Amino acid sequence: MFPHEITTMLIKTLTDRLSSTDITPQEVYLNRRQFMAGSAGLLLPVSAIAALPATKSPLSTSEKPNSRDDITSYNNYYEFGTGKDEPALYARRLKTRPWTVTVDGEVTKPRTFDIDSLLKMKLQERIYRLRCVEGWSMVIPWIGFPLADLLKQVQPTSRAKYVAFETALRPGEMPGVARRVLDWPYREGLRIDEAMHPLTILAVGLYGELLPNQNGAPVRLVVPWKYGFKSIKSISRIHLLEKQPPTSWNMAAPNEYGFYSNVNPAVDHPRWSQATERRIGEFFKRKTLPFNGYGEQVAGLYRGMDLRRNF
Amino acid sequence: MADSTILAKPLALHWQQPGPRLFSAIKGLLFLVCLLPLAQLLWHTLAGQAVNPIEDLTRGLGTWTLRFLLLTLCVSPLRALGAPGWLLRLRRMLGLYAFFYACLHLLTYLWLDQFFDWAAIVRDIVKRPFITVGMLAFGLLLPLAITSSDGWIRRLKRNWGKLHRLVYVIAPLGVLHYLWLVKRDLQSPLIYAAILAVLLLWRVWRYLRPTLAARVK
Repeated sequence: MFPHEITTMLIKTLTDRLSSTDITPQEVYLNRRQFMAGSAGLLLPVSAIAALPATKSPLSTSEKPNSRDDITSYNNYYEFGTGKDEPALYARRLKTRPWTVTVDGEVTKPRTFDIDSLLKMKLQERIYRLRCVEGWSMVIPWIGFPLADLLKQVQPTSRAKYVAFETALRPGEMPGVARRVLDWPYREGLRIDEAMHPLTILAVGLYGELLPNQNGAPVRLVVPWKYGFKSIKSISRIHLLEKQPPTSWNMAAPNEYGFYSNVNPAVDHPRWSQATERRIGEFFKRKTLPFNGYGEQVAGLYRGMDLRRNF
Repeated sequence: MADSTILAKPLALHWQQPGPRLFSAIKGLLFLVCLLPLAQLLWHTLAGQAVNPIEDLTRGLGTWTLRFLLLTLCVSPLRALGAPGWLLRLRRMLGLYAFFYACLHLLTYLWLDQFFDWAAIVRDIVKRPFITVGMLAFGLLLPLAITSSDGWIRRLKRNWGKLHRLVYVIAPLGVLHYLWLVKRDLQSPLIYAAILAVLLLWRVWRYLRPTLAARVK
């Protein structure tokens, strides 16, 4: 057999696979929810089983989302282990109720938000591409609200130049933090204009339901034009400040992971190329797009900046 | 010698000196067992359960290359620990399997990762140390695989042994290749590094022992 024949054969196998594990049909979801409501209603608070009402957004991509299975079983969430399958195995240990997010620092009205009040924000569905720094990508139908909606409520002062985020640190519930793979708690940061950008959201749901723990429940950041690790999970604190905050991957390897970490095919990771990516479920690799394809909306944020230096 | 006496011989003796038919059976069994990882990887890749099957296949083939290299290096120490002599006669198969898995590992990179874009491949080899090191290890493995036949052993005489000491370079390069590609969690490559270190240090110790003993006297 010639290589191209084998290629064709493999593509066929993979497309067969795609059609069978395609997005779960809506009826199945509704049934599942009914089943959960019926059987678990006695055990769970109503908020934990309710579907999330969300409006559609023009900022969503029209690309086909990956299956719920793909999105919820292939995760990087080192607090639950460094294997891609470990978050799905262990993240259920995380108690996401009660949960609060403290927003403080350079703000006029510091405030601690209860997760239930965040779920009452005006929710939108945002179907975004996610590009991992490791060279794979997915399309994910998040449910969330613009981070700007939250920040406006606390009224940032004029000194608020940056926003720092922190993941909850729960050694009893997070088996991965026993090893110091990263300097816990996980920390991320954005410049204030990046944080206020309409594409930047706090996600509380996925595929019309509450966010599964392995995807960062109960609330996580999603910044679609940056590598996935910038989109910090299970946020417990948001701190506005004047100076650029330290961020976990940058602290771990400053020459490999910059503060900005915008998706950029022209700037390689020192150890591997960022020119292409494998969209999960596809056989051939795709060309990686500058700003993960969101350049039209966000390139202006970086006008005049050397993105090779500020990688 | 007829193997019809198989039951007459005490079991320990079969273990120490298996007859030709028993040895062939052991060899045949090992041949099949060494294919099991490949079968498992192909099943995992093609059955449709894996989220990123090509990545899993590439990584899996690399891991098994490394494991077969280490298994090959285990033979001499095991022999010194009292394992029967026929183990040596299986070493070539283990080494060739290391080469076999290395070929498949390389093929997944050339084909499923780069789609035979030779310009990109050359850039990758030059620019990325972990790929440079991986390619170098494969390049060094190649002459060992070619000269593994009885004919080459005869032709090269004493030089054959010298040539095949290249494995002491290849295995560390393989571990380095793994170490340099990992994002942050070095635990797994370091386990391979530790096992390799034990296997190599044992050889250093064996090599130096006569000198050291002489000096003590």
